[in-house]
Parts: sequence; structure tokens; C-alpha cells
Amino acid sequence: MTTTNPHVTGAATDSDAAEGRIYDVAGEDWDKVVIAGDEDRIADERIVVNMGPQHPSTHGVLRLILTLEGETVVEARASIGYLHTGIEKSMEFRTWTQGTTFITRADYLMPLFNEMAYVLSVERLLGIEDKIPERAQLIRVLMLELNRIASHLGGIGPFGMELGATTIFLQGLRMRENILDLFELITGLRMNHAFIRPGGVAQDLPPGGIEAIRDFLRKSPAWVHDLRTLIDANPVFRARTRGIAYMDLEGCMSLGVTGPMLRAAGLPWDLRKSQPYLGYETFEFSVPTETTCDTYGRYLVRIGEVEESLKLVEQCLDRLADRSNIADDPVMIQDAKIGWPARLSLGPDGMGPSPEHIAHIMGQSMEALIHHFKLVTEGFRVPAGQAYVPIESPKGELGCHVVSDGGTKPYRAHLRDPSFHHMQAVSMLCEGGNLADVIPAIASIDPVIGGVDR
Amino acid sequence: MTQPPAPEPDATSNGHLPAKLGEERLAAPVVREGMFGVEGTPDTSGYGRLQVRRPPPLSTPRPYGGYFDTVADALGTALEVDGAAFDDAVERVVVERGELTFHVKREKLPQVADKMLHDPELRFEIFSGVSGVHYPNETGRELRAVYHLLSITHNRRVRLEVSAPDADPHVPSVTDVYPAANWHERETWDFFGIVFDGHPALTRIEMPDDWLGHPQRKDYPLGGIPVEYRGTKVPPPDERRSYS
Repeated sequence: MTTTNPHVTGAATDSDAAEGRIYDVAGEDWDKVVIAGDEDRIADERIVVNMGPQHPSTHGVLRLILTLEGETVVEARASIGYLHTGIEKSMEFRTWTQGTTFITRADYLMPLFNEMAYVLSVERLLGIEDKIPERAQLIRVLMLELNRIASHLGGIGPFGMELGATTIFLQGLRMRENILDLFELITGLRMNHAFIRPGGVAQDLPPGGIEAIRDFLRKSPAWVHDLRTLIDANPVFRARTRGIAYMDLEGCMSLGVTGPMLRAAGLPWDLRKSQPYLGYETFEFSVPTETTCDTYGRYLVRIGEVEESLKLVEQCLDRLADRSNIADDPVMIQDAKIGWPARLSLGPDGMGPSPEHIAHIMGQSMEALIHHFKLVTEGFRVPAGQAYVPIESPKGELGCHVVSDGGTKPYRAHLRDPSFHHMQAVSMLCEGGNLADVIPAIASIDPVIGGVDR
Repeated sequence: MTQPPAPEPDATSNGHLPAKLGEERLAAPVVREGMFGVEGTPDTSGYGRLQVRRPPPLSTPRPYGGYFDTVADALGTALEVDGAAFDDAVERVVVERGELTFHVKREKLPQVADKMLHDPELRFEIFSGVSGVHYPNETGRELRAVYHLLSITHNRRVRLEVSAPDADPHVPSVTDVYPAANWHERETWDFFGIVFDGHPALTRIEMPDDWLGHPQRKDYPLGGIPVEYRGTKVPPPDERRSYS
């Protein structure tokens, strides 16, 4: 700070007259910047605060432009696009199967849901929805529900840290870490799996997979209990979340909000129940709802869903155990024109065709080699048309609008991401509230910028 | 006793002969010629003269099946109250793979959207999104805005599709009816250049404000550079062989 700087001397200049008082702040103490006698003027002035795009509490590179009157947020505008990676455009230049490797990277906390929404749309275009093997559907539900738990814990845990409670963060992340270990065991990767493919799943559960999930199910009720003990009746948490970011059913409907926010407003709308897919109608689970319409209610809905998902995982395991005596139970559609011919396996350099398959195509069957080559390089063709299949993701309705022109690549794939949609509610949730309540408000949407920007 | 002679197949009236069946398809405009998208090298594949034609536009006659007839009837009745006709607002109805699509004339979109939300028989409360699609080969209808609507009251879904030519890329905004369309329309403007008339602040949302062009259009290149991998150069994705 130099005394010759006109902006901090308090002298009125031309630019002050045009834009109001400007303070150049570069690391000094605020009381040194503000000239004595100026405090009152500042108190009535509106201050525009640019929060982000690099802010640890905004779930990625989200930028918020907040207009403040004292501590009150008068206007909140969200600015996005800092993580736009052109996933949808890139998919138009890859085969239908390769599309899963791209779309899984959109909302990186729920990669399997992105894959599932896309794959269900592609399967509807192909007209093979009834031909997916039962085992593949069970593994899909199993993985989705594990992912739902991981996504909710990835929302609840860091939310605790944003409010200053590191223990909640560690407790949440411990349980999530165990799920990521399961994912690594089953798919080979902790995130961005490309595991759910058109026609089925990439590979069957590995040896010891079911036992590992059972072991997780044995431990997890205690972990959920720990979290609930830490959070549910915590006076600080309740003071920071109850009545904060209020949005009732009318607000949710007018903004098209779905997912935990809608269920915290009292409407038990869950696509798994109302428009079932993947055979969810045959499972037993309930849809937790709250009527508080606030951040606390949304937390209760999410932790309630974690408990319900654990039940669903258990039912999947039981059904898989019932099928364990079926010899050669496929996990990929038995249509050689669509289903990947190889049983993939983990090798020293990552996942690839199994050694038996390579021996078959390289040593035994010329036709199998040609077929493999065509399917891998060219891919399969999808009849022209469009489809939109929505699923209930941890964040709300997630759908993929897929258009085909009859070729081997998506003509257009558009992910309707719930985080993108719900970020429109930021103004409604934050305006009129305290600046400090902006953080719980954003966290109650649980946005992931990878999905918002795609 | 001899059988009466079988009637001679009438080549002019019988449309089911294979030659006739192919005729309609061959009349469709050619979208692309050649194979693999490789240019500048001699054709050794034998597929160089391949012609890919555009699939015909679909149109489904009544009955549509399921709740689709109810929705169409309700929309027709609701429009008639305003003195408009169903056929006047909806160009085509397509029922495909269990999904209902109304191809709506763009000037009628706000009216149809209003009925979709407010009519008690329709009541599509949840606006699920807008998705743009670019068909550069369909002259006069190149740009499409596709709206997905959901009714929680009746547990139904419907899709509205609106087209606009490249030369006049204007579609009325539905933000007055569905506030949630705001960001989706901004995204569709950003990626496809469709101007939503009446939108409160139609600015770019994903791309930087000073970006030129609309990246999801088919005439916008993907870009990329060749990558060297194990001693060979792999071209960027849009220059690789294309089997579509």
C-alpha cells in the first residue's frame, strides 16, 4: 500500500465518482485500508463478492457472484463453464461402446449412473431392452446402489468439513473409501469405470467379490450409525442447517427440481418406484422423505437413502447367490453383433481381452478374429432415432438424450445432468439469507461441477 | 380339373414387389458418399461408390397406444379453447420405442408449452431439459430443439421437438412458462446457435463469453493433434476412419 495511490487516500477522483469508492486490497489488514470515518459509508454500501471459481467450499470450479448488503446476500448468481470439457462433442467421434468411457467422467461422484443413463438409452434405440441377461441387470443394480452410497457420502462428508467438522469428513470418507476399494476390485478402477456397456456389463464379479461386498455390508451399519450419532442431533450442525436454504414443494415444481431436494419437500417421487427400470419394482426398499424443505431435511433424506441402498445391495447379493449354481451365466447380451466377444480380464497392463479369448481368435478361428476386429474397430450400428431414458441418480433425474443416424457413433448424446439443472435454484436458496449460509445452501444441492459443465 | 391360373403379378399397382420397395428408399436424399471418410488416397476397398441415404421422416398414425392418445386428445381440446387446432400446432406425431414426440411448429411452441403445464389433463410440471440437435442435411429444418417434459400428476412423459432453419435460427423461449428452461436454453444457444426469442438473458453458459462459433454444430470441427504412440502417429479423432 502506498500513500500515493488515489484509491486509498480517500480523495474523490473521477473514477470514484463513476464507480463508487474503489479499494485496492493486496493482503493488508482491512482496518488499515479503510480510512477512519469511512466505516459508516461501507455499512450502507452494497458489496459484490466474487466467490470462486477456486473456492474449496463450492464443490469444484463453481463461481458465485454475490451482492451483499452487510452480511445479507441480496443477489446470488452462479457462473459455470470452468470445467467444460466437451464430453458430448467428443462422443460424436467415438463408437457407441467407447461413449461409456467419456460419459462416465461427467459427474465423477456418480460415474456408474452416467454410464447407466447412456447405456439404457442406447439399448432402447437398439431394441434390446428385454434381452439383457438377468445377471447383468443384478450386477448393474448392485453397482448403482453402491455408487449411490458413495455419492451421498461424498456429499455429506465434505459438507461436514465445510461447516468446520473434520471428523464428519473423515467418517464419511472412510466409508466411501471402502466402496471405492470394492469398485477397484470389481472394475479395476476407483472412478471412471466404463463398466456398464451397451448389452450388459464389462465383466463378471471377480472371485472373492461377493465376499468383499458382504464384508462391507457387515461393517457399514456401524459406520452409518457413527455418522448419524455425529450429525443428527449435533447442535452446531442443526443450527447451521435447519431452516437454511428453504425451498418448498411449489418452488421445487416450478424449477423442475428432483431428487433429495424434492423428497425433502415431502413428495416421495423416486423414478425407481414410479417409472421402474432394471427391475427395481421387484426389490424391497422405501423412499425416505422429510417435510422440512431445508438443508437439514435434505441431509436426512440422503442418509436415509444410504440405509435403503444397503438393503438393496444385500438383496442383489442374495439373488446373485441364488444364481451361483447356474453354469456359464452371461453378463453380456448373447447377440454376437452387439455383445463384446471377449470375456475381459485384468492383466499386468490393465483390463483387456482374456487370454482364452486371445488364444481363440489368434490360434483357432479366423472368423472369430474378423468378428472381433470388426466389432472393436468399427463397432455396431444403432438404428436411426432418438431415445431419452431417465434414471434416479443420487442427485435427481439423470437422463441421456441419444440420437442415432443409423451409424456406428452417436449422432448426438446429451446428458441431462441434475446438478446443472439444480444450480438454477441457487438464487432462490441463497438470496435473503446470510453470507455464511451460502455454503450449506450449495452443499444441500450437492452439485458436482464435472456433471454441471460436462 | 385344372386350377384357375394365378393372377399375373401387376408390376404397376403392387407396391410390395422388392423393386418397388427399394424405390422409395432410393428417392431419399444422399447424405454421404464413399466409405471410411478417407480422402486423398486411392480407393482399394471397393466401397468407394457407397451411398448412404437419409432415413425417411417418421410419422405415426392414430391410435398411438397407451396414454399417448389421451395426451394428444387433451392437447387438442386445450388448444381448441383458444381457437387453435391440434393439426395447426403439431406438424407430426411420432411414437417410437415407447416414447411420444410432438413435432411442434415453432411459432406455436409457447402456446403448446403453456397448455402442457396448465391444462389439468396434461399437467407436465417438471421441465426436464432442452437438447439441441443439428442436422445439416435436412434443408430448412437443420436446427432442432428437443424438450423433455414430465408429469408427476399423471406419471407421463412427452417430448416436444421444434425445428428452425440455419438461415433463421430463432425459436420462441419457453422461460415464461417453465422458468427451469433458462439455463438449458442458454446452453442450447451456446452450443448450437439457436436464438431463443424472449429469453431474459441469452448469454453463453459453458463456453467463454468471447468465444466464436457454436461448438456442437456439425460444421464445427472437433480439433486435435496427432499423438505418437508406440512409434506410430495416431491422427486426431475427427481425421480417423469413420465407418458411420
